[in-house]
Parts: sequence; structure tokens; C-alpha cells
Amino acid sequence: MEQYSSKVMDHFAHPHNVGEIENADGVGTVGNPVCGDVMRLYIKVDNNVITDAKFKTFGCGAAIATSSMVTDLVKGKSIDEALKISNAAVAEALGGLPKVKMHCSVLAEEALKSALDDYYKKKGVASPVKMPAESGHEHDME
Amino acid sequence: MRTVYLDHAATTPVHPKVLEAMLPYFSGTFGNPSNLHDIGREAKNAVEEARAKTAALVGATPGEIYFTSSGAESNNFALKGLAQANSQKGKHIIVSQIEHFSILHPAKTLEKSGFTVTYLPTDKEGLVNPDDVAKAITKDTILVSIMHANNEIGTIEPIEAISKITREKGILFHTDAVATTGWIPVNVGTLGVDALSFSGHQFYGPKGAAALFVRKGVRIKPQIEGGIQEDGRRAGTENVPALVGLGKAAELAAAEVGNRMKYTSQLRDKLQKGLQDRIEDMVINGHPVSRLPHNLNVSFWYVEGESMLLFLNMEGISVSSGSACTSRSLKSSHVLTCIGTDAAVANGTLLMTLGMGNSAEDIDYVIEKLPPIVQRLREMSPLYEDMMKKKKAAAR
Repeated sequence: MEQYSSKVMDHFAHPHNVGEIENADGVGTVGNPVCGDVMRLYIKVDNNVITDAKFKTFGCGAAIATSSMVTDLVKGKSIDEALKISNAAVAEALGGLPKVKMHCSVLAEEALKSALDDYYKKKGVASPVKMPAESGHEHDME
Repeated sequence: MRTVYLDHAATTPVHPKVLEAMLPYFSGTFGNPSNLHDIGREAKNAVEEARAKTAALVGATPGEIYFTSSGAESNNFALKGLAQANSQKGKHIIVSQIEHFSILHPAKTLEKSGFTVTYLPTDKEGLVNPDDVAKAITKDTILVSIMHANNEIGTIEPIEAISKITREKGILFHTDAVATTGWIPVNVGTLGVDALSFSGHQFYGPKGAAALFVRKGVRIKPQIEGGIQEDGRRAGTENVPALVGLGKAAELAAAEVGNRMKYTSQLRDKLQKGLQDRIEDMVINGHPVSRLPHNLNVSFWYVEGESMLLFLNMEGISVSSGSACTSRSLKSSHVLTCIGTDAAVANGTLLMTLGMGNSAEDIDYVIEKLPPIVQRLREMSPLYEDMMKKKKAAAR
């Protein structure tokens, strides 16, 4: 496997925003323990701005680092801005990811979108969130 | 910082005595063993001396040892070579589901060229049932390949009971002894096998030197052609220094194996107990008794293997993980799947394999460092959060 960048290792060893938010405005859980990663993202929203984000993740070094990075990226952003955060942006902010770990950045994007989707549901508003279709998992290779 | 290497199943360091034995054969005695001049003859003598030592380790005669470059090559050579050379007798092969991929992939390749393969399951401790082997045998069966011990979970298979069956039926029996040779006694006579793979770097020899034992009189088709080396069975100029190293490592292993078993099993038991006392929701994989002395394979609920591996690495501790995330396929180990380990916990697996360089202090250090890593990752894990909430709700 390719090595992790120093930025990935830094976010893995000292992840930002770990934890839960009591009475969060949106919570999204994505992934599957069978595939090796589950991410849960909590967001607090005030006036259409994400004022706080926290995460809990079961997963590899890249899964923890992308969770940490996506919470960093989303804090202080408007919902519209947050909806534009892509997996590529998360990976790029981490100085890149090994090819076999790109699915972790997809999972981070999914977790964010799932939390935003939950936020709209809680508000009783039709959700404009489109979930990414492809999670990059290949199950048939050895 | 202390460094603790607990990945001896991946590879071992070259023993200083092995290195010393190898050094003259790089630029001093550098000849090609196939040459008739004195420079070549010296190299040839060194290779043959190494062959005798290598043979002695497994109770074979030197003529029954074919040198190869790796355990994977030995396994490929055995499975394909024995199947192809004996295909006039039949085209059915039996292997277990927990074999190394260097057996499973050649088996798949043989299936594509007209062979049929039965993949036997194991019980939940990783044991192949000899009765299952007997039941799987048909008139068409020519070859059985069951590993001596599994490289991940360490379970030692009932090879002698299986060879009784294969010998009665006149079927060839190969065993992959890469995980066992040098760590427990391996004797081709006692085991009753017709072919056996082993590899030097698994027991303090150099990488790039391994062997396949093929019982005298058993036909095997070469897989690397175009040279007279290895009695015409494996072409290619011999890796003389590496083979000398393999011979020396074999000599050391033969003398030390009892001591290695005693030393590593006592440290392994200490490590296992220390972790069991400090960490909840932990599963020991493999057979409780019929297990390699230096092997500890454990799964931790709610945490993922690679994260544990990386944090241990930061503390100077080297281990392996059996997690899906480390493989390209995002599938957990085929061995853990076969023994029925829950896929969720299989991803939280660490493989720790001990060696003669580990001390009791090293084990104390691991017992001190690992539990807080598991706890830290659990506190970060949504699976642990869910479990704790369920627990609380149930307690109400």
C-alpha cells in the first residue's frame, strides 16, 4: 500500500472534533462494519450556518483522518457551501490519499450529506441533498 | 523508545550466524554452481552442503529437496507441478478454504485448465476434519494439499491423520509448512506427506531462499524451464549466498526448535493473558491448544485493525492487521470468514507473532500500550457508542 501523507497521519493521530453533539440539528451515519468503516457526523446549524460539527468513526487511518478533515471544512460554512464539499476536496485538503483509500473520502462526503439530509428532515423541509451514488467499494477482488 | 517486533509471521531478521555464513559467497566464492572449473565447483559444494542441512531439518534426503525463491513459489510448484505430472491418473484436487493464496490461486488456475477442486471448510477453530478429506475423495482425486498450520490463526492441522487416508488411497499429499518450519518439529516421515513447502526467511534465514520437498519417486512437472539446475526441475542460476543462508538457518532451527517453542509460547501466553485481563469484548482466534507457539490472533469489538496497527506503530510496536481496509478488496481475511468470525469484528483483528528477540519486558510494554489504544479508538467509534447506549437502556 502507498504510505499516508503527513497530513493524514496528523489528523489520524490528533483528530479534530471527535465526539457527539447533544440535540444535534442533523446526524448522519454511513458505511458498514463489514467493509471496515462506519462514520457518524453530527452538525449544529444556526441561521443556515453550520456552527459546530463532530464525528465518531469506526475505521482505518484514512477513515478517521477524512472524518476529522470534513468536520474542519464544514464548520462556519453555510448549508449551500457545505453541500458543495466533495470527496475530492476532502482528499486534497489532506494532501492526497492512497488510491485504495479514496473510498474513505467518499464516505466522509456521504456522512456530511446524510447529516444535512437529516437536518432538512428534522425541519420538515424537502431535502435538496443528493447522495453520491458510487462509494468506490470493490467487493469482488482479492 | 522501545521497539517491539511482533510480526515474525511476515518475516524474521537474518540470524547473525546466518549472515556470517552467507558473506563469503557474494564476491569471494562467487562462482556459478553449474560450471566445472574450481570457482564453480566451490559454489556447487556450498549449495549441496546447504541442501543437506535443509533436508535434515525436515527429515528428508538431500535429493528430495528442490530450492526455490519463496514459499509462494514452492506452493505454486507443488500444486501445479504435481497436478500436471499426474493428470493421467485423474483431475480432482482437494484443498482447504484457509490455504494461503499461493495455493488457492494456483488451484483456481488449474480449474481453468480442466481440473476440479474441492475447497474443504474448517471448524470454528480452524481445524480441517480428516473425515471430510476422506469423504471428498473420488476415483478422480490425485492430490490433497492441506497446510501444516495456518499462517494467520496459527491452527495446526491434523496432517498425520490426513496422510493416513491419502496413503491408503494412493493419493499425493502436499502440505504448506511455511508457517511451521523452524517453530515446531517438521518431519516429512512422521507427517507422511509426499511434498512439503517451507521458506528460509520465516525462521531467521534470508529472503529469496525456500524449498520444496518432493518424496523420491514422485513425479513433478517443472514450472520454470530452461536449465539443468535442481535436477532439471527448476531452471535458473542458484542464489548461492541465500541458499547458504537457508542451510545455516535450517541447521540452527534443527538445534533450537524445542527452545523456540518453549520460549515463545510462554511469552505468547503472558501476552494473551495480559490483554484478556485488561480488555473486554476480545476474541482469541484459532485453536486454543493446537496452535503455533508464537502466534496470537485477536479480534477486538468496535475498533478497526489498521487504526490499532498505526497507533501501535507510533509506540514502536510492529504487528499485522487482518482488516478489510488494509486489503485492496475491502474484504476481511478469508481465514476468519471460514472459521465463522463475525465480519464486523473480523475487521478489528491484530496478528501478533513472537520471536526469539522478544523479551518479557517487551511483552509488558505491549500489555501496557495496547489497552489504552483500544479504549481510545472505542471512544471514537459509533459502534461502541451504540453498544453502550443499548447497554444503558437495558439496565434501566
